[in-house]
Amino acid sequence: MGLNIIVLVKQVPDTQNITQEAMKPDGTVNRDALPAIFNPEDLHALEEAIKIKETLGGMVTVITMGPPKAVEVLKESMYRGSDDVILLSDKKFAGADTLATSYALKCAVQTVGEFDLVLCGGQAIDGDTGQVGPQLSEKLNINQLTSICDIREVTESEIIGFRATEQGYEKVKSGFPALLTVSSEANEPRSPSAKKVMAYKNIQCSEQQAYDESYLDNKCARDAMIVKQWNIDSIGADPEKCGLSGSWTQVKKIENVVLAASEAKQIENSDEGISSLIKELTQEHIIG
Amino acid sequence: MQSSHNVMVFIEHHDNRVAEISKELLSRASDLARDLGGEVEAVVLTGEEMEEIQDLGRYGCSRVYCVQDKRLANYTSVPYSKALGKVVRNYTPHVLLFGATTMGRDLAPRIASELNCGLTADCTELEIGNHKIKGKIYENILLQRRPAFGGNIIATIVSPESKPSMATVREGVMKKQELDEKLQVEVVNLESDLTDQDVLSEVLEIQKVEKKVDLKSAKIIVAAGMGAVDEKSLNMVRELAHVLGGEVGASRPVVDGGYLDKDHQVGQTGTTVRPVLYIACGISGQVQHRAGMGEAHRIIAINSDPNAPIFDCAHYGIVGDVNQVLPKMIQAYKEN
Repeated sequence: MGLNIIVLVKQVPDTQNITQEAMKPDGTVNRDALPAIFNPEDLHALEEAIKIKETLGGMVTVITMGPPKAVEVLKESMYRGSDDVILLSDKKFAGADTLATSYALKCAVQTVGEFDLVLCGGQAIDGDTGQVGPQLSEKLNINQLTSICDIREVTESEIIGFRATEQGYEKVKSGFPALLTVSSEANEPRSPSAKKVMAYKNIQCSEQQAYDESYLDNKCARDAMIVKQWNIDSIGADPEKCGLSGSWTQVKKIENVVLAASEAKQIENSDEGISSLIKELTQEHIIG
Repeated sequence: MQSSHNVMVFIEHHDNRVAEISKELLSRASDLARDLGGEVEAVVLTGEEMEEIQDLGRYGCSRVYCVQDKRLANYTSVPYSKALGKVVRNYTPHVLLFGATTMGRDLAPRIASELNCGLTADCTELEIGNHKIKGKIYENILLQRRPAFGGNIIATIVSPESKPSMATVREGVMKKQELDEKLQVEVVNLESDLTDQDVLSEVLEIQKVEKKVDLKSAKIIVAAGMGAVDEKSLNMVRELAHVLGGEVGASRPVVDGGYLDKDHQVGQTGTTVRPVLYIACGISGQVQHRAGMGEAHRIIAINSDPNAPIFDCAHYGIVGDVNQVLPKMIQAYKEN
């Protein structure tokens, strides 16, 4: 028995380190110009899935949608104990907004087959929208619990957890199937297992293999596991609903935030300088 | 179907009280509706009667659609999206607004998916304007501005070909304004067609947590960045906040790093603040942070890096180590 759990993860550019060169003229992001990382909250979703599997048994399938190099987050997932990984990759998915993304993910989840739970991070650090989870859940016509900060109890038929809200916490219960978005408060993600790193470090997606033959020189890579790679046809998706053509939102304008010329009054880092600043603020009744 | 020119606001409420964010949205919606030549409408989904909806007129709202059903007593995704989806389909607003709150961010995407229309998250500015693409001009559509990509860019997003234009809006960025308290609102009570089969989540318990930090109404905020996370600096930040009678704020990395609670977070993903005085201690000043504090009346920036972007929005800049500057400030204040 056990639960069939699908975890959705995303490889994201590390938005802490962005240069001007990372933006393309059309306003879309040149992801190749930035270091790519496992979206932080998705690691917490994966951790919950693995924890549930350890308690109840079952199967954890990780899906990511992205370019071939996104296989890295699938490797990271294998290192942490997932059972199966799928790379959803097709040029026709490019330029998708959250609606088109959730449509493609819906098709992929349905292609995986039966499931009890879909887990994903609350939001990705590149788009910061947090919309894909609820949109996917609507498209799958299942219940959703967002902002989950603590999963208290999972049985074969229901899940109880806490949602973090502006007012505090809400203890909620749902049956299956359901989609949960998990926040970073939920758990402490485990580190990769050394044994699993050895076992899976050479996995690659089939497309990479097709045009990168360097792996032939590497003895150990010869036995490399090939990741399932699905394209638009594998999941039976309607191309009109994918990528740019499936996206209603358009970027009208991108403004690089230009820092205004400094008007800051320089205060000397000395007792006198700071003392006169405090006096000035007091006189103006800003403090006091 | 031909859509109206109306702007519809989803009203969030807690303990039978309308949330502040909803009043902020209604206020902004009145400006948008004026530009569109339409009216402001509100949707209230509730488990019990809410007297306060009679007062929504003062924020410029003309009409409230109210659905009352015991299954709507607590917010849960499926009943709320089903009930709201029906109202939106029937009354076809041009624009549909939600707060970018836990509730709004749960509900809005579900509605957008169901109605198959565009949705823009976490907007900081909304206006009505034109959009030209491939020789075609779309007039009087919603232009939605939001910081994106870690706040390094401001994107203007449009969805001219789907109706309604949907957006979630951050708390605290739109100004609540009461137009006239005598303004009346028309209340339209609608039948609920929810069934018990729609109830897929059960709210077992609601734990209220009083916020330990009240950044929104703080007059003075002393905020710590990654340049002030060592124990000594953090204590200094707390002490300065204490002597000035202010609150302690924090940048996102400080909260993500576990140095201070989320309640302290100022910025795009935290709280938007407008204090009289904001003292940024060791904060580099990422755009995302500045989006949340740039409108402070006075800003003092303290940073050891003279090129830190925080100095660009500060009124006073002190180049130096937080550890050295803060004791001098505390000292100077006490002596003054």
